[in-house]
Amino acid sequence: MSTEAVASRSDAAWAERLRVCRERLDCRFPQVSDVFEACLVKAEHVLSVEGVDAYLDCARFLGRMGRGVEPVLVFLAEWPAVAAILGEDALPIIARTVQVLSKSPNGKAIAPFLQTLAPVARRLAAREPMQHYLDLTLELMERTSGSIHGIHKTFASPGLPEFFTHAPTLLNALSIAGLRNWVDYGIRNYHTHPERQRAYFALQSADSRAVLQRERHGTLLVDQERRLDLYLRALWHDSAPLLPYATDVEQVAKPAPYFDSCGIRLPDVLDDARGVSGQQRYQIALAHIAGHRRWSSPLVADNFSPMQRLAIEFLEDSRIDTLILRQYPGLRRTFLALHPKPVEGACDPATQSSLRHRLAMLSRALLDPEHGYHDAVLLDFVGRFARTMASGEASSEEIAQLALSYVARTRRQSDQLATVFFADTEVDYRDDNRHLWRFHERSDDEEMFDEPPRPAASAELERLPPRHYPEWDYHSQSYRPDWVSLYESLHPSGDTAAIDRLLEKHSALARRLQRLLDLLRPQERVRIRYQEDGSELDLDIAIRSLIDFRGGATPDPRINLSHRSNGRNIAVLLLLDLSKSLADRVEVGATGGEQSILELSQEAVSLLAWSIEQLGDPFAIAGFHSDTRHDVRYLHLKGFGEHWGELVKSRLAAMQAGYSTRMGAAMRHAAHYLAARKAEKKLLLILTDGQPADVDVHDERLLVEDARQSVSELDQQGIFTYCISLDRKADEYVSDIFGRRYTVIDRIERLPERLPELFMALTR
Amino acid sequence: MDNGEERAVTDRTQFEVREKPFYQPQRNEVALYEAAYAARLPVMIKGPTGCGKSRFVEYMAWKLGKPLITVACNEDMTASDLVGRYLLEANGTRWLDGPLTTAARIGAICYLDEIVEARQDTTVVIHPLTDHRRTLPIDKKGELIHAHADFQLVISYNPGYQSLLKDLKQSTKQRFTAFEFDYPDAALEAAILVEESGIDAHSAERLVNIGAAARRLKGHGLDEGISTRLLVYAATLIERGVAPADACRMALVRPITDDRDIRDTLDHAIDAIFA
Ligand SMILES: Nc1ncnc2c1ncn2[C@@H]1O[C@H](COP(=O)(O)OP(=O)(O)O)[C@@H](O)[C@H]1O
Ligand SMILES: [Mg+2]
Repeated sequence: MSTEAVASRSDAAWAERLRVCRERLDCRFPQVSDVFEACLVKAEHVLSVEGVDAYLDCARFLGRMGRGVEPVLVFLAEWPAVAAILGEDALPIIARTVQVLSKSPNGKAIAPFLQTLAPVARRLAAREPMQHYLDLTLELMERTSGSIHGIHKTFASPGLPEFFTHAPTLLNALSIAGLRNWVDYGIRNYHTHPERQRAYFALQSADSRAVLQRERHGTLLVDQERRLDLYLRALWHDSAPLLPYATDVEQVAKPAPYFDSCGIRLPDVLDDARGVSGQQRYQIALAHIAGHRRWSSPLVADNFSPMQRLAIEFLEDSRIDTLILRQYPGLRRTFLALHPKPVEGACDPATQSSLRHRLAMLSRALLDPEHGYHDAVLLDFVGRFARTMASGEASSEEIAQLALSYVARTRRQSDQLATVFFADTEVDYRDDNRHLWRFHERSDDEEMFDEPPRPAASAELERLPPRHYPEWDYHSQSYRPDWVSLYESLHPSGDTAAIDRLLEKHSALARRLQRLLDLLRPQERVRIRYQEDGSELDLDIAIRSLIDFRGGATPDPRINLSHRSNGRNIAVLLLLDLSKSLADRVEVGATGGEQSILELSQEAVSLLAWSIEQLGDPFAIAGFHSDTRHDVRYLHLKGFGEHWGELVKSRLAAMQAGYSTRMGAAMRHAAHYLAARKAEKKLLLILTDGQPADVDVHDERLLVEDARQSVSELDQQGIFTYCISLDRKADEYVSDIFGRRYTVIDRIERLPERLPELFMALTR
Repeated sequence: MDNGEERAVTDRTQFEVREKPFYQPQRNEVALYEAAYAARLPVMIKGPTGCGKSRFVEYMAWKLGKPLITVACNEDMTASDLVGRYLLEANGTRWLDGPLTTAARIGAICYLDEIVEARQDTTVVIHPLTDHRRTLPIDKKGELIHAHADFQLVISYNPGYQSLLKDLKQSTKQRFTAFEFDYPDAALEAAILVEESGIDAHSAERLVNIGAAARRLKGHGLDEGISTRLLVYAATLIERGVAPADACRMALVRPITDDRDIRDTLDHAIDAIFA
């Protein structure tokens, strides 16, 4: 029945209709009377006459169920909205679910079920997924009701009401299949724990949220991180940690990406939108930020009004996008798909502030030559923008000037109005531009530097007299003789069990490494065939050659074979950077667990040591850190003569992070040990997470240059140096030091598997 | 030089570089090479695969007007493959000079390409040719060859090999003067593509941008970036009418990586660059 029809009905007729319907409802709760008329108006609006009857019948049933007034009220209020989405003939399947619930001990769940039915229907949008949802609901009920202590179906499902309450939130994040997985996990793990089950379905327990995260639809940043990191490097010659921020599933306006000194912040998940995949949306957001990082420079915010700032931001964003598209024209289609297309005239400047709308239109026009707008001022500014950009990259300053004159030209009284026209004005791949503004008014930013307390030089650390090493001064291109004092000692010991636990954790990885190791393991005697000169005749080949010869063909002269025993003759020293940054924590895996780099290094080093022990290569481990040139520490963790065993493990377990990284001196000292080995090949592996640095050196280059110099000294001694860096910013200096002999491990959590693999690749 | 034994005189002209190879100098390497050749110093050319090392040597041989004998080294190569060997024939044996010996006799530039591929016991045979003696002992024949006055030894080597066991011995390295090559910078590389394939300058520039993108991933899952050689291949395919995106995937991306993330990144770069 149409609105007009209802409205035009005479009051008397409506009163009669109301009475008839109230009678049909036949329900005496006084609360119902308060709302009935409003509900009926709504119902008449969307339901057919039969539909209204069925609605009232169902409500009557609910009122007589003996579950109080709550279910009736909720149903009366919600059903019209649900019917509008699913069609009124969906009522029987809903009613059936209610019946099943009411016959079980779960009557209390009926109200929450009905309460969230409308948002759930809105999310599911069709009958078929709704049927899945209802089935899932009943399954959850079946499997969680009353099986506690074996008494059957007497207890209500503790999780069910919570589930209904949170169903809309869940469905915002999950597909129906994802929801099924999430529910299933909860049932399987908590069907006998009422408390935990309730917490799980109320989204209060950690694993509940973790599983939700895992099952979310859309593209997760954690899954794209490496790819995006590569993308940033390859296309933008830039690199920064990519950090997710949580996009609350219930939030409508999602916060914009941004970047600061810690890294680039992106939403933790992005759905496909406007025909653009989540992955592409990440790429575009990242491209836009990379563009700002390359081309934008900050402006003083205090000089501008908020409206001027808004205009500057819009135009600066357009400048960045223009520059991006110059370099990567292939991205235009994606940009156009993601940029909203505000409708000219959609906003009434008499009643609403239209500045945003004007700017968004301008922004669209600057991106899209086929914008089709007619506004003369807009067209004028499109031309002025093009002229500004024609000369080259322009600058944030120039754009600010243009933006100011735009604001001046188009100023309207209504721009001050509190109601801002928002539709189609949000460009969601763009960041929030916080980097663009510098504020004069600064809050006092006091920084506290509390150094960790120095571990008291423990008495058990027997100190040898220091050794002195030179250091390279690149300014004068000469050595400073005996510049550094290096103290060596045995590393203190800790709890062996800790290391065994770490190894235990990686037993699957160890099995995989074992297979690789088997391939590398030297055979006692290796036969080398096809030798012209050798120790024995290779009969097979000799006969073949003879046949060739008799047949008149030129015989292969390589008819001998020789033996080589033990192909591997490599001494390896692993040098660990034990500086303070090792204590930093990194996220591990998708579940958001954390581990310190130190712990990961312990795991990795243990696996490496275990691997090398299998191969039988002579192997030593040492760590170093420094606290000025007067105090470089070199700590022995494993000597060449020692086996990988309790003693070494206990030292590894006691590893600690502290102080700085004076790499050159430590490398020279390591070389001193390697040089004494009688091996054909000598390999120095350096595991570090940062750039060489020390507290008494302020010129950043100095220790980098010194390390580079020591690498070439080692080269002269026939020692092959190789660096495994955990520093994302290593590109800036690591090749200066190590030439091509380095690897940067971007995902530190993979260090335990990467380190042994790298070693094997290096010595294959 | 001839020790009197009966031997077919090797035709020197067959090793001459007849046509001027196209070589785009990166810096002053041509003059430096000429100086090294004038003093007959052995030369080592370091640099990643496909950056123009072989082309450079070829060009220098042409410029100096000397014959060039190139040996592509490999793991199975033995000293005899370089020096020479006796062949069995129906009526006895016949000695056949290897390429190194031939070069020493006729005064050619001997270019041992990718020398680290050869085993180290093979490479040591070049040592006596690299010091002031400039001799080559042929033990099997009991002959000592004094190298021709024009003879020069050149080796190329890619330090990017991330294997300790595939590095040159320090005692070998110490015998050479060295050039460090790298991929040409953008403008030169584009010029090379245009010259080598006939592609237009604009497309050449785009290809070079893709190369640059890939080279930034070195050490992050790529051992080496996309070489100039591969860029020339891609340019050639495009010039023959292959769609740029297909040519790039086929010539630039698929050959260098099996890593899905890297492949996707480079594919994306291609799509972003070729609108
Ligand atoms: N400087 C250059 N001048 C001309 N062509 C070059 C140059 N550098 C690279 N090329 C091109 O790259 C290809 C590969 O170069 P090549 O010399 O074979 O590499 P390398 O010996 O370093 O592996 C050449 O065939 C040529 O097309
Ligand atoms: Mg080559």
